[in-house]
Amino acid sequence: MDIINRDALAIAELIRKREISAVAVTTAFLERIRDVETTVNAYINVACDEAVRRAERIDGMLAEGRDPGPFAGVPIAVKDLLSTRGFTTTCGSRMLENFVPVYDATVVERVDGAGMVMLGKANMDEFAMGSSTENSYFGPTRNPWDPDTVPGGSSGGSAAAVSAGEAPWALGSDTGGSIRQPASLCGIVGMKPTYGLVSRYGLVAFASSLDQVGPMARTVPDCAALLGVIAGNDPMDSTSIPVEKVDYTGSLDGEVRGLKVGVVKEISSRGIDEGVLERFQAAVSNLEGLGMEVEEITLPSFEYALSAYYVIAPAEASSNLARFDGVRYGFRASAEGEDIWEMYDRTRSMGFGNEVKRRIMLGTYALSAGYYDAYYAQAQKVRTLIVRDFERAYRTCDVLVSPTSPSVAFRLGEKVDDPLTMYLSDMCTIPVNLAGIPAISLPCGLSDGMPVGFQVMGPALGEATVLNVAYALEGAIGFDERPPLSTSK
Amino acid sequence: MAISMEDVEHVARLARLALSCEEKETMRRQLSDVLEHAHRISDLDTEGVPPTSRVVPLVNVFREDVVRPSITPGEAIGNAGWAEEGAFRVPRIV
Repeated sequence: MDIINRDALAIAELIRKREISAVAVTTAFLERIRDVETTVNAYINVACDEAVRRAERIDGMLAEGRDPGPFAGVPIAVKDLLSTRGFTTTCGSRMLENFVPVYDATVVERVDGAGMVMLGKANMDEFAMGSSTENSYFGPTRNPWDPDTVPGGSSGGSAAAVSAGEAPWALGSDTGGSIRQPASLCGIVGMKPTYGLVSRYGLVAFASSLDQVGPMARTVPDCAALLGVIAGNDPMDSTSIPVEKVDYTGSLDGEVRGLKVGVVKEISSRGIDEGVLERFQAAVSNLEGLGMEVEEITLPSFEYALSAYYVIAPAEASSNLARFDGVRYGFRASAEGEDIWEMYDRTRSMGFGNEVKRRIMLGTYALSAGYYDAYYAQAQKVRTLIVRDFERAYRTCDVLVSPTSPSVAFRLGEKVDDPLTMYLSDMCTIPVNLAGIPAISLPCGLSDGMPVGFQVMGPALGEATVLNVAYALEGAIGFDERPPLSTSK
Repeated sequence: MAISMEDVEHVARLARLALSCEEKETMRRQLSDVLEHAHRISDLDTEGVPPTSRVVPLVNVFREDVVRPSITPGEAIGNAGWAEEGAFRVPRIV
């Protein structure tokens, strides 16, 4: 089997046993990137030279008998909103087109410390705002399963790279579904960890109370292994939870008999496409076949989650993005004779794309005098109701399940001019972010030739259980389809 | 929940965005749609429900105030569009 089609754990093993060199692995992925990038556009910047030099250093250390880390030489794609010291970090925006960070994000340090080789920075919706990766200043990413469709978003570049064999795994970030929805649309596995499990230091902020970095991979064990690398307390992030390291790989035994599963009615029936529902229900039967007890559960506040999210997330974004003023870093519009206020206005109007401006406007409106109580304050109360609904559900269920996305990948351009319809793509994933709990999406089959994602949600810090259920289900489903792109050269 | 052109102009001023006439009209229409959907949250009875301020039970995370390595002044201004003599330059303010 080609090295680019092996999973990350297998690649790590081959390199450790010195059956293949880190340079050979990196070179194979860089070749794959060259072959398919004109179609897929999964990367904003590819780190060709840096990656090869790093792989050479790893090979050197192995030759000297030194330990370069548990995943030495395994390549990775990094979403372009994670700071990489000395390597451009654009956030998919003209605003940061030439921005070169002076420090690494904690998660970047950790994948580096584990011996991984960064192949490049993955494409994304500008400032992670979007569900299709069409909002990137650097052009849309295309879905490897059908290049006329979107890969989902906002971590669409990370998802497409993994799906197309342009990286064995990737880092993404998830504010309202931005890891899970693209994972679903591209037929891969993606996980949003518990809020605070993974450091946000060096992650460009969108909505700080919702943002979380997470792993994207082709298999559940790869996903568990990558989570193990990035999870853990970080003094640089004051919202980081001080918990002991958990061995997510060691706890994968596929033993799920007797666990209780709740199918969340509000996000598993109305508004979900028929083909998606069929695959979802078949996977629920798989869970029963594995000895799990399935019941339907009603969480009434979920009907309001999307509305609350589209108040809270833009409100936080409007505040976070106030820092882009053209003075200290980033794009700056300048003209003779203008004053500082004109400079601010023009910099922000030219530097931000339409969706970002829309969210800044929405958030500013929701926080402005006279509207704060009706929108922002009320949304934060609704958020409490959602948290309570989840707490109630986890008193009787070990995990909750739903489809990840109400539809399979849609066509490029189909929803881009209709924000509200685009926002509905995240109806199944948003409640999880509002409650800060973990959830994973894994492929559960195809509908009309396109991947369908299955979401497993757990209580706060319940990653091990969520991963184990996903692992058992992955085995039962046996999804081994690859996008048609991966078989053509 | 239709919002007016004056609302759009007021919010754009607060957010420091200069919008063209065409952008303002599109924004008015799209924001009205989204706000109409968002306004559904007012249907819920939240009497006595506290707002969520955080989802993880952490309070007052402190650390010792000790000197640590930090970036150089050169690095700090290295990404600025316009810098001079170790300082950020801006157009006239007054």
